[in-house]
Amino acid sequence: MASSTMAGAHDHPRGLRRFLFSTNHKDIGTLYIILGSVGGVIGFLLSLGMRLELAYPGVQIFPGLAEALQGADPSMALDAGKNLYNVFITVHGVLMIFFMAMPILIGGFGNWFVPIMIGAPDMAFPRLNNISFWLLFSSLVLAVISMFVEGAPGMKGFGGGWTFYPPLSSNTGSPGPAMDFVILALHLAGASSILGAINFITTIFNMRAPGMTLHKMPLFVWSILVTAFLLLLVLPVLAGCVTMLLTDRNFGTMFYDPAGGGDPLLFQHLLWFFGHPEVYIVILPGFGIISQIVSTFSKKPVFGYLGMAYAMVSIGVLGSIVWAHHMYTVGLSLNAQRYFTLATMVIAVPTGIKIFSWIATMWGGSISFRAPMVWAIGFIFVFTMGGITGVVLANASADKQFHEGYYVVAHFHYTLSLGAVFALYAGFYYWFPKMTGYMYSETLAKANFWLLFIGVNIVFFPQHFLGLGGMPRRYIDYPDAYALWNLVSSSGMIFVTLSLIVWFYAIIEAFMKKRLAGANPWGVGATTLEWTLSSPPPFHQFQVLPRITGTAR
Amino acid sequence: MFNVNRQMLTRGALAAAVAIPATLFAGFALAQVEGQPTPGGLGLPNMVTPVGLGTQQFYNMVLMPIISFIALFVLGLLVYVSYRFNEQKNPIPSKLTHNTPLEIVWTLIPVLILLFISVPSLRLLAEQVEVPEASVTIKVTGNQWYWSYKYPEDQGGGFGFDQMLKPESELQPGDLRLLSVDNEAVVPVNEVIAVHITSNDVIHAFGVPSFGVRMDAIPGRLNQTWFKIEKEGVYYGQCFFICGKDHAYMPIVIRAVSREKYNEWLAEAKQKFASADSRVRVAAESH
Repeated sequence: MASSTMAGAHDHPRGLRRFLFSTNHKDIGTLYIILGSVGGVIGFLLSLGMRLELAYPGVQIFPGLAEALQGADPSMALDAGKNLYNVFITVHGVLMIFFMAMPILIGGFGNWFVPIMIGAPDMAFPRLNNISFWLLFSSLVLAVISMFVEGAPGMKGFGGGWTFYPPLSSNTGSPGPAMDFVILALHLAGASSILGAINFITTIFNMRAPGMTLHKMPLFVWSILVTAFLLLLVLPVLAGCVTMLLTDRNFGTMFYDPAGGGDPLLFQHLLWFFGHPEVYIVILPGFGIISQIVSTFSKKPVFGYLGMAYAMVSIGVLGSIVWAHHMYTVGLSLNAQRYFTLATMVIAVPTGIKIFSWIATMWGGSISFRAPMVWAIGFIFVFTMGGITGVVLANASADKQFHEGYYVVAHFHYTLSLGAVFALYAGFYYWFPKMTGYMYSETLAKANFWLLFIGVNIVFFPQHFLGLGGMPRRYIDYPDAYALWNLVSSSGMIFVTLSLIVWFYAIIEAFMKKRLAGANPWGVGATTLEWTLSSPPPFHQFQVLPRITGTAR
Repeated sequence: MFNVNRQMLTRGALAAAVAIPATLFAGFALAQVEGQPTPGGLGLPNMVTPVGLGTQQFYNMVLMPIISFIALFVLGLLVYVSYRFNEQKNPIPSKLTHNTPLEIVWTLIPVLILLFISVPSLRLLAEQVEVPEASVTIKVTGNQWYWSYKYPEDQGGGFGFDQMLKPESELQPGDLRLLSVDNEAVVPVNEVIAVHITSNDVIHAFGVPSFGVRMDAIPGRLNQTWFKIEKEGVYYGQCFFICGKDHAYMPIVIRAVSREKYNEWLAEAKQKFASADSRVRVAAESH
């Protein structure tokens, strides 16, 4: 490539300067992936704690954990343990959404591959990119600190679930500063994402290489574009929502306090106006990644490209007008519940289009089952499982039986813990050779897949039974009748833990063995621009802009 | 000889394949007690209210078959394309990228399925939300971490009481850990009970799985729901919204009895809970 010979002409900082002050989209992408991996591992350890506790009825490990982690007094250990369990569920949710899925999918893969895929040398605002990352890092620090300062009276950390509903999150439930730390963490994470979204939208609209029309962009770029618009639309609402909570807590306002004419439901409406699009923010980049991978390994262009792109746009639009389906039990009027039921069910249509188009892409293809493809097929299946239980929960009438129970837990973990995470792993194994230049062991990558696939299905499938039976979520202890499926569910964590170990080993092994991947390890199916560059790509790519003449894919 | 063995083996395997799930289900069926969760249960609890029965029917007869079919259909397609179009079997990929009729079909069929689901769904929803003329109204208030009940004066009540978890040390045979309480709330069977729900502190949610009822208790709001229990018995529920450290420790117990027994209970309870706050009374007694 012409670009690689020119690389020396530009500044190429090393060491601390290269990463701390980085303005290079690939280095910042790498930082995001590392941050997301750290967040994901902490989030996983929290869930391991929860599943260990729930393996048997009774309270076993959290009192001890509270003594060890938070220095709780032994006489108070039981109460501190119950509180710590709630802190775990809260921080697990916050970490997995804001510090694992979003950083890796949007900040990591988005930063790395959006500019390359559209033929741009870098992001539009490189310094903005840097501050986006470090804001998120600061946010993570605040979120972790919140676990160790007072929340509920005499207790450490905020334990009210990642949705932070007042009055539990206001001075009534958590007068201590833990919740303030969480609010500030959300502010920073929100600002980081808003700046990132501005950067992506500007880059995609203004920096496409000659010939790269919007309708020729790879679907991953489309997915990031839709995601960036969603972020820009809903994160300011979250910021306003938690700022009002902050002033309620500290400056005597009463936005959410009925004693002063406020209403706790206002918070829920605002939170979910952000929160529901947020789940699409997490899954849409996954859709983009899966489209690239299915096409690459079927050696066929994506089936129904325009349908796929506009299905994502319509999922984004519809996803923004269905928020109150998280609130079917708050006492909404009959008509409101009717509307939200019908609107929510409509989302199944574009989602179905995506699932069928992926299968149609494989149809007639010449499929090679390399590791990323295996992850992608796994994704299609588990995401379908999560999608169909979503159709059940869309019905306000059926939701009354499942709301805040384990059926819901199973549903959203099938879409996110399995769906988004499988897409993330698929992307990781797809682009790892490009990002590092080294090829991983195919066997280890597939072992990672099977261990995680078996593990998460054992963990989450029985949770449907628990939910049908009536087990509420966010419980540290449960009636003995739920013991069997809880034990089965917890036992799946053995496989999940092993899969993580295999994942680490696969990375270490790849760096030790240094098998060179070459520019394009995937063959004729890999037609997007990143495969025309060396692996790893030069520090600055496309000094001479590529000219796009082919058709869309 | 060899053949016989094989036959026996097949027969044995078949018998096991039938017998093991059958025993499992029989075990579940035997263990199932109305109103409380079933050990190792796989499905919805036995419902005892019209709304609950409606939910059960909607889920078991409409939703469950449809979603199972879709899951198996997608799984089948994935297995088929993986088998039929792998690179050994099909070395030359086709160039197929568009098929408008197919795309119209896979847009329209889901729409029809959703329309089909929405009819029973919206009918059940109206039944849940529109509270019919009630003969008994009770007010339920969530607290950190117990429920309070009030029975209105004009319906023979005029008292209130708190419902607290029975600690593990005080459990009697037949009691359920984390579900049994000190004071059960009693209601008459076969009558419409309207429930007004609110909270004194943070948000809680009042939920009884075998009624098909789940409603949030929110400070500053008075929510309303209803049930008509069609079978005498004791029904257990729990708090369904995270409310702090003892979220898992504030169960709900509703006992449904005949009208006569209900009237007797009202008279007794009026005496027993004469003071507005039963806890104050109990505390005073213990001194």
